[in-house]
Parts: sequence; structure tokens; C-alpha cells
Amino acid sequence: MADLTSNFAGIRSPNPFWIASGPPANSAYQSHRAFDAGWGGLVWKTIGAPIVNTASRYSALNSGTTRMIGFNNIELISDRSPETNFLEIAEVKKRWPSHAVIASLMVESREEWHEYVKRAVDAGADGIELNYGCPHGMCERGMGSAVGQQPLVAERITSWVMEVATIPVIVKLTPNITDVTAAARAAKRAGANAISLINTINSITNVNLDTYVAEPTVRGMSSHGGYCGPAVKPIALNMVQCCAADREVGLPISGIGGIAGWRDAAEFMALGASTVQVCTAVMHHGFRIVEDMTDGLNTYLDSKGMRSVSELVGRGVAKIDSWQNLDLNFRRVARINYDSCIGCNLCYIACEDGAHQCIDLLAPKVVGVGIGPGRVPHKPIPKVREDDCVGCNLCSLVCPVDSCITMVEVESGADPMSWSDYQRKLAAGEIAAIPPHV
Amino acid sequence: MTLKPILTAEEAHAGMIDIQLPMSPMVARVEANRCLFCFDAPCIKACPTGIDVPAFIGKIASGNETGAARLILEANILGASCARICPTAVLCEGACVLKDRDEKPIEIGRLQRFATDYVSDLGISVLHPPKTRNGMRVAVVGSGPAGLGCAAQLAQLGYTVTIFERAHLPGGLNTHGVAVYKLKPEFSVNEARLVESLGVTIRCGVEVGTDVTAAELQRDFSAVFLGVGLGGGNRLHIDGEELPEVLDALSFIEQIHLSKLHDVAVGHRVIVIGGGNTAIDAATQAVRLGAKRVTMVYRRGASQMSAYDFEHALAKSDGVHFSYNAVARAVIGVDGHVVGLRLVQTREGRGGEIETIAGSEFTEPCDMILKAVGQEKRGAALLKIFPGLTVDGRGVIERDERTGATNIAHIFAGGDCANGGREVVNAVGEGKRAAFGIHSFLSGVDAVPPMQPSRIGVAGCTHGSGLHDPIRAHELERALEEALTKGSN
Repeated sequence: MADLTSNFAGIRSPNPFWIASGPPANSAYQSHRAFDAGWGGLVWKTIGAPIVNTASRYSALNSGTTRMIGFNNIELISDRSPETNFLEIAEVKKRWPSHAVIASLMVESREEWHEYVKRAVDAGADGIELNYGCPHGMCERGMGSAVGQQPLVAERITSWVMEVATIPVIVKLTPNITDVTAAARAAKRAGANAISLINTINSITNVNLDTYVAEPTVRGMSSHGGYCGPAVKPIALNMVQCCAADREVGLPISGIGGIAGWRDAAEFMALGASTVQVCTAVMHHGFRIVEDMTDGLNTYLDSKGMRSVSELVGRGVAKIDSWQNLDLNFRRVARINYDSCIGCNLCYIACEDGAHQCIDLLAPKVVGVGIGPGRVPHKPIPKVREDDCVGCNLCSLVCPVDSCITMVEVESGADPMSWSDYQRKLAAGEIAAIPPHV
Repeated sequence: MTLKPILTAEEAHAGMIDIQLPMSPMVARVEANRCLFCFDAPCIKACPTGIDVPAFIGKIASGNETGAARLILEANILGASCARICPTAVLCEGACVLKDRDEKPIEIGRLQRFATDYVSDLGISVLHPPKTRNGMRVAVVGSGPAGLGCAAQLAQLGYTVTIFERAHLPGGLNTHGVAVYKLKPEFSVNEARLVESLGVTIRCGVEVGTDVTAAELQRDFSAVFLGVGLGGGNRLHIDGEELPEVLDALSFIEQIHLSKLHDVAVGHRVIVIGGGNTAIDAATQAVRLGAKRVTMVYRRGASQMSAYDFEHALAKSDGVHFSYNAVARAVIGVDGHVVGLRLVQTREGRGGEIETIAGSEFTEPCDMILKAVGQEKRGAALLKIFPGLTVDGRGVIERDERTGATNIAHIFAGGDCANGGREVVNAVGEGKRAAFGIHSFLSGVDAVPPMQPSRIGVAGCTHGSGLHDPIRAHELERALEEALTKGSN
């Protein structure tokens, strides 16, 4: 069994799986249930001056019959009083001393920040997360993403917090910004101990085609909501890697965004996150999902011979490079395994209409594979013209059978040459220009 | 004893409820989303009317149920009844590629029912008569699936079509000869109304050859389509066959369709002779009408029955008994009523022929006997009406399979009278092909039925859509077996 214990910028937890600041982290009751289920930490739903919420707060993006591949909300920070929240944090810490409880805060003035940081410390919180990310409701009042989108403002507020903080401070970053590393660097400059990302993305999930009102609907109107859930994972991974690779940031990262299982978590870790935070998946399935997250991560680490999570963290960061450094002479082609092919011909139509026209539909006898897949006599079957195949992967992506179409590396016979190399060689007159595709 | 109805109206109706459950919109959407939406899909090729199955399923998945129904009904005017009675396991669903991924095929039949029910329940018209007619008139003889398929297509091509039907209700076997738990007769009649809504006239109770002569047809119409189906049930030629409790299975089924269910007389111990799908329909409906013991008698073994496996299984689950390898020798009667059937055991001779086993005779008590040993071909009757028509040795009209053209220039044929007896969906497809054949003949343009768009651009394959060249799933399985055998040699 690998060691899953975590020390994140000084915040210790039995495992790296934390409940993200949101509806599942709203109360002591939920915290007890979360820790009972096996979560290692919890970032309390953001505490600030009391607010009022609307009815109708969430909406979802479904795909086919899969519910909630994306999720959006217009719910604000905690609608409970700061007194109740800090009291319950103290109660939870008393019962779960070795679990991480982090107070998420969002207030306005320097005095308020000082007051709330001190109250969090007094309540026994293990750390503080600064919510600079909510894209709705709070930003109109100069908080949330209104802060996160302006690195200089974020830097100033973070430095106010650092003036009084005696526990680790995590700055939560908004993705609603052109370059997330600018915000991460600001956190670093202000002396923050860690960053967490991503917060939710500005969104409208869908429009009712009878009323023309988007969801969630509040008396015939809607508003821009914060988007999260499995569909945002690629965006979050990209931003996490950008921060992890940035030499000026150099802060521990808590990864957030569409994490629903151990595999997602492991990918975030490979790209530099040392803990991960989960909200939407818990809203969908409950706290119980952490059991397979820890079990699956453990099994995975064991299978790789890794003794702790730290051996995984950051392994993939350097394997993302600028496009101009990729090898232009790398060649791969699609190969179809006719033993497992079921004859759906999705590869054919995808290549024909959506890519590079490198697959032919031919009579089975022309291909020489007997009756061919699909069991229909005379039914044409797909065959890749390897000389023309550009190796784009599309056919293998649409193929509904695992391992039926594989992308196979073929020798190009040429030494590796990146775009940068190419431009240099071209300028030096060492090679002729590569002719454009016909 | 004279036969009487056994069940009350309530009991009889309870027994005849649909065996195929309709899909709720949610279930339909889930199932539709399971479809891979194959390009050049095998299910299209397996459909004798060439319905673009992945396209209509895609429309259900997208929430465009109306468009799905239109697509189905444009390809197959009887798409709603085919959704209920097609042997999908050996047609579209049998060809589904998901089977090759070791999964359940898409429930194409039930999805098709969902889409067609959607528009009929909401009263949405998806088909409309053409704005202009070409002025030419075509006569269609028979309002069964072939006739309706032909008439609907001709109407949409601009022809003025009159259907002549000798029965009082249109629909042919769909109205008179399908098990009620699959298709209610009024449903079939409504489908004929759909054809009428395209501008087709259906004249019921008019028999060609009697009420209207062939000469009149040929004088008043530019072309004639024969979709007259098959004749009455074949005879057994055994003693006692004339007793009142010995019925053709088809006339028993017709009674179920035309009378109230609780008025249909049925025996307590019923024997059904035959091993085909009609025999099964008769046996399962006898059970549903209250018969205590129903036995099917078949002259060969279970594996040689021509009934589909799923029909055979249905009869078994209904508690029908089977007496294989036995033939009827004589009906035993007392006081002019059936009391039993004398049978003899059979075995297969070396050449596959059936021989009876001496001394193996036995008697099966019964009070009703239903004969389902095939229908008469109508060749002889047709020759009297249309002298000069070429009919083969079986009594089946000879015609060009692609166009339905017979040896007489302006006479076309399709359905059971031309194929010897196949599925409803085959008849609809043949009627539709003949409509294009007639259009070709009358307009002089080369009118081939539209190819599935998915077939365009395919290299090296001459075979078209299911409409041109349907392949049945069991034919696919056989082809696969052959390919494997060849591979191992």
C-alpha cells in the first residue's frame, strides 16, 4: 500500500482528496459525513458577510443519456452566519483533529480580511483559502472573480491576509482570465503559501426553446453561472500544468475541476497538483465516491511501484512543451484490426467528411479478409491508405471498439526536426522548404 | 359437441393485450442513444423496405420524433405495423453491429413503434399528397401490404390510384391474419386510411374478375398492379376433414379479427397441424381464448419448423404442447363432431423424405383442429382473369424482382402472390419497387427507387440498399458459417 498521507504547504491530511468549497462543504453535519466516508480534507463553503440566495440555483449539461457532464450554479457563498460557520469549524476540528479543515473566505476591506483570518485561526482551521474566483453574484460587488481577474488587486488583498495569517494561505484562482499564470505569480509575490485552481467558468448551460429562458430560471429570467463538472477537466488540467511549469510560480497546487475518480486525480497529480478538490461529483453521487478514489489511486501507485503520492506529482509537467518543439518527422498511421472490427464504418465517414480522406470503403474480397466484419455479405469495409494517412487519430477516436484501430508508429527515415529546427535550417539554407500538402 | 366461446369479454381482452410493450419517451431516448449510428449500416441493408434506420434513431435521440416518423413512413407506408409484426430478430436487429460487440442489438422495432405512435397519437400528418398529379391512372388489385406499399408510392409519384379490395375491410392479412396480440385489426385499417390520405381511392367489396373485369381495368387504367396474396388454406385430404370443428388456422384467426373476442368459439383441447408462423399464431391465440390444452403437430423435428425461434419460444411459454415427427391420418368424429385426431409417427428417410413408422399410430383426443399447412397459390385463379400471365409451377406469378414487371407489359405484381409467401415487410418493399417499375414503364424515365444516401460513393460494391437487395440475418449467419468453413479448409 502506497503512502497517501499529504502535507500540502504545511496542511496535513490522511489523503490528498479534499471536498472543494461548495454546497457539500456547508456544515458540520456534512463535514462529519465526508470524513466518515474517507475524505482527507474539506474546504469550507466560503464564509463572508451574510448573503441571500435565489431559489433555482443549478443547471446541468447532459450528453446523450449521461447526466451532468457539465454543471452550473448561481448559488453564492455560504448563506449561514459567520458565527455559525466558525463555531462548526471548531466543532469539526475537535472531532477530526488529523483531517484538514480549510476556511474559505471572501470579504471586502482590509479590516474585514484581518478579522475573518483571525476568526478562522481561532476556530482551529488548518488553513485559509481565498476565494477570488466566483464568477457570479459576488464579483458585481467587487469580490470573487472581480479580484481574481486583476492580478494587482489580488496581490494587494493577499498581502493584507498575509499580514495576520498564522496558518497556510491558499489563493484560489479563477479560470476567467487570459493568462492564469499572471494570477498565480501575483499570489506568489504576495507571499501566499499555495494556489488552488480552477474555480468555475462563466457559463450558460442551455436555453429552454419554449420560453427562451436559460437555466437555472428565476421567475422567467436567468443569469450567468459558474460552470464545473467532468466537461471542464481539460481546461483545468491545462491551467494546472501552466502554473506547475511556470518557474515564477513555484507554489504547491491543489487541483480542482471535473475530478470524479482516481484516474482524474492521478492526471491532475501528474501535471503538478499535490492535492485535489472535488465538488460536482459529490453533488452527483455523494461522499461515498472517495472510497474508490483512495482505493484506485493506491492500486495504481502500487502497480507503478510508487511508494507515495509525491512520486507521482509533477511527472507529466515537463512532457508538455510548446508546439514548435514537437518533432515534425514523427510518423504514425491508423491500423484496423479486422478481427475485432464490427463494421460500423464510423472511421470511414469521420475520415472522409471530417478529416483527410485516407480511408476507402472496399468490397471484402478486394481487402482479402473473407466475408469481412459486420457479417453482411458484400458489405464494403474500411481500409486505410497508409501512404496518405496523416496520423491524425480521428478514426481511432470514433471507433466504438477498444483497441480495434491502433495508431502505429512508422519509421519516417528522417532525423527528428521541430518547427524551430526547421525555421533555423531554412534560414541557414541547410534544407529546402517542405512542399505544402496538395 | 358444438364449439362455444370460453372466456368472458374481459378475460379474452386481457389475454390479447400487446405482447410488445411500447417505449416511454425516456426509455426510447436511452435506447436511441445506444445506437452507434453506423455509416452504411447493416440494419438498412437487412430491411426489405430500406428504412434508413440509423437516421430515424438519430432523430429520436435528438428529440425530433416527428422527423423520425416521416423518414420511416416515407420508406415504408406500413412502418407502424411493421414495427409491431416484423421478425426484427432475423432482419434489422439481427444485422445490428452491436451483436459483434457481444451486446444486445438496438431495439429497432420498438423504436420505430415509438416514433410512428408519436405522430399518430398526436394526430400529426407527416405525409402529404403531391401538389400536382400527372393525370395517369393505375389500378392496384388487393389492399394488403403489397398493394398499399405500391399505391402509396405511386400516389407520391403523382399517379391517381384506385385499389380494388374484395373484402369489406382494407389491409389484407394485416387486418385479417395477424395475431391480435401483435396487431389489432383496427390499427391496420387505420394504416389503409393513411394511404387514402395521399389521395388513393380504396374500393372495398369489389372483386376483380367478378364485379369488375380485367378488360375494364386494362381499359380504364394505364397499368395494373397485382397484390392479391395467397388463397385459402391447403387441405389435408384425410377422413373427417369436413367435420365442423376442423378449421383453417387462417379463418380461425380471421374470426378473431372480425368478431368480438368473446364471440369466438374455441375448443377445450385444440390441435394445430403445421410448423409455421401461422400455426404458432393460431395456437397461441387458442390458448389466449381459453383452450385448456393446445398441441401443435408437426411432421418433422423441432429444428426443422419453419416458425421463427422466437415464435416457437412464445408458444412454449404459452404452455403449448408439441408433438413432433407425427402426421395426421384421420379426424375421428362422433355424432358429426370432432373427438380426436389419429396420428402416426414419422422419421426421415435417407433422402430426407418423411416416412411413417409402421405400428406407431396413436390418437390424440381433441374437440377442435386447426390446419396451418400452407396457403393455396392463386396462379390458376389469376390465369382465368388475366389470360396469358406467366405463372410458375408453384402457381406463383413470374415477375422481374427489381421492377415487379410481369410478362404482360402493363401488369406488375408483388407480395405473396409473386414471392410465394414472405413477410409483410417484403410485400411492402415489393409493392414499392413495383411502383417505381410502373413509373419507369409509364414515364419512360429510368426510375429506380432512391438509393440510401449512405451507399453513394462506396467503391467496389454493386449491392444497394435493403430495398434493392435485402439480406436476412439468418442468411448473414449462414454466410458467416460458410466463410468460416472455407477459412478452415
